[in-house]
Amino acid sequence: MRLSLWVSGWAVATSLPLGIFCAWLLARRKFPGKSLFDGLIHLPLVLPPVVVGYALLVGFGRRGVIGSWLFDSLGVTFAFNWKGAALASAVISFPLLVRAVRLSLEGVDQGLEEAARTLGAGPLRVFFTITLPLVVPGVVTGSILAFARSLSEFGATITFVSNIPGETRTLPIALYTLTQTPGGDEGAFRLCVISVIVAMIALVASEILARRVARRMEG
Amino acid sequence: MSLELSLEKRQGNFQLEIAFRSDDGITALFGRSGAGKSSVVSMAAGLSRPDRGRIRVGDDILFDSEKGINLPPERRRVGLVFQDGRLFPHMSVQSNLRYGERLVPAKERWASFDRVVELLGIGPLLDRRPARLSGGEKQRVAIGRALLSSPRLLLMDEPLAALDGARKREVLPFIAMASREFSVPILYVSHSIEEIIELADHLVVLEDGKALAAGQLEEVLCDLDLSSITGRMDAGSILLATVQEHIPSFAITRLRLGNNYLNVPLIDAAPGSRVRVRIGAQDVALALEKPHRTSIQNILSGKVSSLSSTSDGQADIHVEVAPDGGGLLWTRITAIAAAELGLKRGDPIFALVKSASIARGAMALRPERKSS
Repeated sequence: MRLSLWVSGWAVATSLPLGIFCAWLLARRKFPGKSLFDGLIHLPLVLPPVVVGYALLVGFGRRGVIGSWLFDSLGVTFAFNWKGAALASAVISFPLLVRAVRLSLEGVDQGLEEAARTLGAGPLRVFFTITLPLVVPGVVTGSILAFARSLSEFGATITFVSNIPGETRTLPIALYTLTQTPGGDEGAFRLCVISVIVAMIALVASEILARRVARRMEG
Repeated sequence: MSLELSLEKRQGNFQLEIAFRSDDGITALFGRSGAGKSSVVSMAAGLSRPDRGRIRVGDDILFDSEKGINLPPERRRVGLVFQDGRLFPHMSVQSNLRYGERLVPAKERWASFDRVVELLGIGPLLDRRPARLSGGEKQRVAIGRALLSSPRLLLMDEPLAALDGARKREVLPFIAMASREFSVPILYVSHSIEEIIELADHLVVLEDGKALAAGQLEEVLCDLDLSSITGRMDAGSILLATVQEHIPSFAITRLRLGNNYLNVPLIDAAPGSRVRVRIGAQDVALALEKPHRTSIQNILSGKVSSLSSTSDGQADIHVEVAPDGGGLLWTRITAIAAAELGLKRGDPIFALVKSASIARGAMALRPERKSS
């Protein structure tokens, strides 16, 4: 259980900056190949997770193109450990994060950004003092959605990093293992209840946060 | 500090081509919606790029297509007050006001926080969020925020257009005050000639992307029939008069105009102060001899300074009523009446104006400024 939270937490935390950047690119910039880029980001949402897991295995496995380079130069490997599980979760939940932030960004009045420019703020300062604070609700929603999706991630994880107790056996995988074991019903039921509780907490937390942000805007 | 602007930009079928200079004070940019006013503002602020041209404020060149100069908005130090305020919703009024102030080097700041807050009367609002402000309060905060960035030039893009009549009257005096107090040049964009008469020193009339006329407000308004642009306001002239005395028993203020006196409805201005009076061209009648025993209060003696006839059977006659300046009265009478009078340039004449035809709203205190 704790492993699941740990893996999902990392998955969301590390993909957040990149997610905000991609969302900004999609919401604000025009560049050639934009729709291709958009499609690429959304791909994990529509592909069977097993396909994503297999692709990760090919790319980031110890013998994969990127995986072998990472291992040789940085000594980092994603193969068959919790980092791999986090990577798999991050990739799967990334589109949800980007979508939420992007929607929120598109709702930000660009006039406010222009106003900040005329008051002497450069583009970077405008982003951090105006744009980012205004998309906080989107970032919160996106993060919680992504976190929840990470917690339930199964297919890509089991394909990429297998089912190793204490390393890659996240909650859904443990649950699956228990259902496959004779006499595991009781344990499986317990995990079910835990899943429901965690999911409820996440949803309620996001609701409370969103309401607090709205109240702050009204003064 | 003088302002020089020459801009050219093509947007689809619309060609904007405008050039004007102006000195200190408030320069009004007047025109119908769609005449290109907002494009001029956004180019001056650096939010859009002209195809060709030059923008200079004092000694600073903000844009010059020939020299390849194009300062980004944050380095232009041009304050902009938008029609819709555009206050930052996630910050308190205080943080909004401080936003631009923090970004100006201390030695270049000329607007002090306390002074601006006091002048605009926004002290009690400092801890509020913009969502809790009324429209008029929002605009006052927006003006304060722009002033506190100590701009070299203050642009105001229809700052009152989103407000109703009462709120307009609430904000208008603050704009005049800001201009007087801080002597920052202001480019004031509006489609309301009333606002402009109340505020502006210079006037640029914009139509279809071209400057129709530019210069001192009184001169421009006296030469130009703006009724085609304003739609509801008829041709008329702006006279610059001095308050002579108030006669409260008759609810009348007596103004002096050269050797002439003009009785108008009681206004709130100290004797000796200068006021602008707008007199509609059709509210003036002419007489060759001074009429006696008439109900008409205002009989101004003067000389015919120009005559012209319009195509629709009218004649425009300008009468010099104050030879020392500020007193060219525009009258519009029927061509047949003009023919019967047999007027020539230089003829002495009497202009008759009904007191009641001068509405209180048609008068404004002439903004007096510190010399700079």
